[in-house]
Formats: sequence, structure tokens, C-alpha cells
Amino acid sequence: MSYEFLQILWFILIAVLWIGFFFLEGFDFGVGMLLPFLGKKDEERRAIINTIGSVWDGNEVWLLTAGGATFAAFPEWYATMFSGFYLALFLLLVGLILRGISFEYRSKDAAPAWRNRFDWMIAIGSFLSALLLGAAFANLARGVPINADKMFTGNLFTLLNPYGLLGGVTTVAIFLLHGANFLGLKLEGEMRNRVNAAAKKIWAVTTVLYILLGVFTYVAGFWSRGVVNPGIVPIAAVVVLLLAGYFLNRKMEGWSFIMVALNIVLTQVTFFSMTFPNVMLSTTNPDWSLTIYNASSSQYTLTVMSIVALIFVPIVLAYQGWTYYMFRKRISTDKKTLVY
Amino acid sequence: MDIVILSRLQFALTTIYHWLFVPLTLGLGWFVAFFQTRYYQTKDETWHKMTKFWGKLFLINFAIGVVTGIVQEFQFGMNWSEYSRYVGDIFGAPLAVEALVAFFMESTFLGIWIFGEGRVPEKVHLASIWLAALGSNLSALWILLANSFMQAPPAASYVFNAEKGRLELVNFFALIGNPKGWIFFWHTISDGLAMAAFLILAVSAYHIIRKQNLAFFKLSFQIAAVVGLVASVLIFLGGHTMGQYMREVQPMKLAAIEAIWETEQPASFSLLTIGDLSGKKEVWSIRIPGAMSFLACNNFTCEVKGVNELQAQYEQQYGPGDYVPLMIVTYWTFRIMMAFGFVMMGMTAFFVWSNSRGDITKAKWMKWVPAMLILPYLANASGWILTEMGRQPWIVYGLLKVQDAVSPNLTAVDLLISLIGYTAVYGSLAVAMVYLMKKYAIAGPDAAMHESVDVAPARVGSQD
Repeated sequence: MSYEFLQILWFILIAVLWIGFFFLEGFDFGVGMLLPFLGKKDEERRAIINTIGSVWDGNEVWLLTAGGATFAAFPEWYATMFSGFYLALFLLLVGLILRGISFEYRSKDAAPAWRNRFDWMIAIGSFLSALLLGAAFANLARGVPINADKMFTGNLFTLLNPYGLLGGVTTVAIFLLHGANFLGLKLEGEMRNRVNAAAKKIWAVTTVLYILLGVFTYVAGFWSRGVVNPGIVPIAAVVVLLLAGYFLNRKMEGWSFIMVALNIVLTQVTFFSMTFPNVMLSTTNPDWSLTIYNASSSQYTLTVMSIVALIFVPIVLAYQGWTYYMFRKRISTDKKTLVY
Repeated sequence: MDIVILSRLQFALTTIYHWLFVPLTLGLGWFVAFFQTRYYQTKDETWHKMTKFWGKLFLINFAIGVVTGIVQEFQFGMNWSEYSRYVGDIFGAPLAVEALVAFFMESTFLGIWIFGEGRVPEKVHLASIWLAALGSNLSALWILLANSFMQAPPAASYVFNAEKGRLELVNFFALIGNPKGWIFFWHTISDGLAMAAFLILAVSAYHIIRKQNLAFFKLSFQIAAVVGLVASVLIFLGGHTMGQYMREVQPMKLAAIEAIWETEQPASFSLLTIGDLSGKKEVWSIRIPGAMSFLACNNFTCEVKGVNELQAQYEQQYGPGDYVPLMIVTYWTFRIMMAFGFVMMGMTAFFVWSNSRGDITKAKWMKWVPAMLILPYLANASGWILTEMGRQPWIVYGLLKVQDAVSPNLTAVDLLISLIGYTAVYGSLAVAMVYLMKKYAIAGPDAAMHESVDVAPARVGSQD
């Protein structure tokens, strides 16, 4: 396999890992943020947590794998991005730690104050994570100050520009909608109606934000800098988002879930095709951008990693998919059936 | 403040903390899998209770290892970007494999195990705990292979690419066949088993002295004593092999942990040494003649190189600089680790012997056992401090120094924010974790039988 082929392959593989992460952990984040608002009574909150209890940790591994794969395949990208977005990533880690530990610990003590504290930590941790991930990706699309030595020269406030913030808030909204759809599929009875009512409101806000983000991206010229034109992909993303609203109004949660999931996938496809072959655009000087060519590992490492991925990715997909199939039943608020 | 010192401090804090929880995960997973297998085979309710009770403690501990593990993977890039650029071509590979092969397996199957009882077929449920335990231990293997590249980079595995100014992988099998990594792995998984054994011993002893659930805890104690003994012998053998390998690949570390200033043949082992303030000269010591030669090469006559000779040699090889690790740390952490390791071995041997002689539940010494839980934790932390500080000033032994590896764009303010932040978050996690561990350990097996915690006594912890 030629060196360039491998570099493109790994760009695509990392894109796939991020798509998988946003698709799966996206609804986890949404469920987490909705938890204190949709769960009135303790068993309702427990039911909400139980919808993702068996899968959230596995979903989060997509992020770890995306990080590890970036390190292995594009060490310069990993080094520049992770050191450059230092404080943002620190806050992301705090968010992930708080929500992760809270899932496991909140129901292990009966005191209402204990539980309430962990519930809010789940919500705040999920919110923080979604916001920061969205802002980080928006900044990658926009470009960040990078010098000739592939070093990030900004700070946390560099990332807090209007486009970055809009990207963050829109991501929060999409994940809320994705989470609400997921809850609609997993809960039953009165809870299901409550979720549907909330989803409709979230959908309206999300759609406005999403279109705003799209217009901003287009007007600011952020999507014409790579060599691939995303073409109709972003338009399709808007269409599926509109369709999600249509299905929500008819209480067809399954279809609405699929539409929002597609929206997330298509948004990521747009993002990655917009940037290709750049992985980090330099706003200081476009020639100093990190690309798949100047940021990648050696041909040998990419070859080895391709073989590893070829063997293990299908296995992982098979058993993760199988888990969802095993736990496909709806979750009731019956205390005897709740685990977390 | 210096960003190198702050970055090192943060790495030490987050890594030592992470490693307080991981060994228990590594070892206790096997225990729970074994208990559940016995239950599956015999349908005896005692084994079921054992699975549930020790499984609860396993899960409470597991959660902290998971959430602090994400920090571990991110901070190479966040704090050590120049390191990541210089060796990412090599070091990134085992990390990516760890995530893909081990983390997915561990998290997915543990999820099935936690939620699956009564929902998935019994065989699948049993297999899931074995796979989760295997996944954790596989992740240990991959991260240790990565770490062993920093300790003893195999010459056949890499080349220097002058054009890109970095090291590149040329032989993946040399990287993953690194003997250092496999000895580490052996030492580490047996250490995990010993840690788990001591937790079971301590909690069982707590209940035995209170005459609660005697049959349950006596059986737990007996199993843990045997496993603890076997594991501590394996730890010793692994450590001994590591010492001999160290003589070849990290002679300076070996000299520094033994406080051998001048090259000796045969080399004596110092039981106790007092050095002068510079740490470069010996003032007084008690020594066993020839013993160091035995530790380093299995005979009583071989030569062990001293710190001063190695320092001179390294200056010639790598240019001026201080190549001696902080000896007061390497010397004492090594002795703490070894001493506690031997105490653990002796104690578990004593437990096994006592058990063969009569009823251990009536033994007077039982009341001292719960306090012994501290031993594996201290031995463990000491061992890793020794391993990592003995590598100084190198981040990759002989190839890259720590001071050249840090992220140059960070400011002291950035680092103080994250350092204080991690300390606060990790501190609170520890408080919650210790509270829950104590609560469930004290509540005993009956409370752990309820899948839903609501059904469990609201105020567990009463002594009777």
C-alpha cells in the first residue's frame, strides 16, 4: 500500500472513530443533560440512567480510541492539538470524570442529597463535555494560530470566538435532541410522553442553531479551504434534521432517532471533507497547517496499525452491536428491575 | 514556576493516583470470575454471594480507575507534546492497540456483566466477567509494553529519522517483544492478584473478628491466603528477573537503587546506607558481601557498575549533565517495596500454615489483619516511583531527556490551574470511593445480594 493511500486511510479511520463517538456518546451526553429535568422522582431518574447504564463506558472508549489512533497515526496532530487545547481539554476531562463516576456511584447510597448531587454532576459533566467538544471541532474547522514549528500559539480565549461558541452550543443542542430521541425509544408510559414533549421543543431550538451554524460556516468561507467539496452532504444534513421534527410530531421516535443520528454522521462527514487534507488549519499562515502528509507516522507504523485495525475493528463492532441488541428492551421505573 | 517541574508533578500525581486503583481491578476481576465459575458449576449459594459481594467492591473501585485512565491517555499530548512528536511513531501504536483491543473489551463486557444477570443466558453472563477481567489485564500489558520502551528501548525496534527529527518504528515485534515489558507484566499482574488477595484478607478478617458470616468469610480468607502467597512469590521472582535485566539495560538505575557509588566486584548489598548531603558519597552503611552480585546476576562474583563510573561514562557519551537519579528516593522506595513484599509473602505463608493447623477464625492475630491492607498499596506506589524516578533524567532511556519532552507552549498558570483542579477532583473522588467501599465492605454479603441498592438496608454499617 502506498504511503499516501495509508495517510488517507487513517484520516478516514479517525473520522469514523469520531463519527462513532459522536453518534454513540452523543445520546449519552444528551441523556445526562436531560436527567435532572426529565426525572422528577428518584425511580424516574434511575430509569433514565439505566437506559445508558450498560453502554456509556463502552461508548466513551470510542473517544479513547480516537485519541490513541491520532497519537499512533498522526503524532504531530495529536501533539499540537492536545497541548494547544490544553485548558479546554482539561475541562473536558473534568466533565468526563464527574459524569463517569456519578453514573456508578449515584445509586449506591440512599441519601437524597447524595443522589441529587451526583445527578447534577452527570448533567453538568455531560454539558461541559458536549460544549467543549463542539467548540473544539468548530475551531478545527475555523483554523487556529499555529507557527512554523507546528506549535499552537493561542490560549483558551483564542478558542472562545463566536464561531467556536456557536459550534459548542449547537453541539449541546443536537446531543440534547439525540438523547431525548434515545430516551423516547428506551422509556415507557408517562415518561415517554414527557420525553416527546421535551424533544419537540429541543428540536425547534436545535434547528435554528444548526442553520445558523451552517450559514456562518458558508459566509465565513470555512468550507472551501480543502480539496474536497462537501457538496450536498450539508444540505442532506439539514433535510434529515427537518425530517426529525416531522417524525417527532407524529411520535415516531425510531425514525426521529435515525434522522438525528444521520444528521450527526453527515455533519461530521461535512467537517472532515471540509478540512481534508488538512488536520489543523493554521490561521497564522496556511502553509504552516498540519496536513495528513506532514503530521503522519511513518509508512511502516501506518501499515502495522492498518493490519491491527483490520482485525480488531470488525470484532469490536460485532460485540458492541450485539450488546445493544441484548439490552434492546424498554426500561420501566419498576425498582426491582433497575440496576443503577 | 518551571513548567518542567510542574508537568512532572502533575504526571506523578495523576499516575500514582490512577495506579492506586488499577491493581485491585486487575486482580479482583479474576477472583470474581473464579467465584462466579464455582457458582455456575455447583449452584451453591455461597459462591453466588461471593460473586456479588466481592463484585460490588470490585465495581466501586473499578469506576475510579476508568475515569482517571482517560487523563492518562490525554496527558502525553497535553503536557508532553515534544515527547509525543519525538516518539509518537513508536509509542502511539501500543496505546492505540490498548484502546482498540483492551478498553473496548473491558468496558463492553463489564457492562454486560453488571446489567446482564437474569437478562442474558447464564453462560454469556459468566463469560462476560472473564472477558472483562481479561480486557483489564490486556490493557496492563499494552501500557507496560509502551512504558518499557521508555525504560529500555529495544535497539532493533527503532531508527532515528534525521529529516523529520524523530524516532520511527522499524520493527513492531521488537517493540512488543521487549523483555522488559513482559517482565513488567508478570510483576504487575501478580501484584494485582496480591493486592486483591490482601483486600479480601482484610475485609474477611474484619468480619471474622466480629463473628459475622463466619463460613463465608473463612472461605474467602482461605482462598485469598493461598492466592496471596502464590502471587507474592511470583512478584518476587518477577522483581528478581527485572533486577538482572536492569543491569544490562539501565545500569545507572540499578546503581542508584542500591547506592553503589564505586564499581564493585563482587558487589555487596546494602541493608542501610547513609549518604552525605550531596547524595554522591557514602558516609556509613551495613552491607552483605556478594549479595548484590547475586541479585544482579545470580552469582556471587559478578561486577556491578557504580554511579560515579557510569556518570563519567554518560558524560562522555551524551555530553555534560547530571545523569544520576535522585538517590534518596530510588534507594528508599526500593527498600520499602522489597520489605513490604517480603512481609506480604511471610504473612500469607503464615496464614496458609495456620489454616492447616486449626480453625483460623479463632486466631488471636486475626485482629491485626485489616491494617495490613496498607502494605500492598505502599509497596505498589513505591515500586512505581522507583521505576519512573530511576529513569531520570531520561524520558526515553538514553534517547530523550525529560526537560526536552515537555509542551513548550504551556505556561505556569495553565499548569497550576490543571494541577489544582486535578488535586481537588481526585481528592473528592477518593472521599466518595472510600466511603462506599467501607459501607459495602462492612454491610456484608446479604446486602450485596440485592441488585437494586434501594432494597438494601438504607443505613448499612451497624455492627451486628
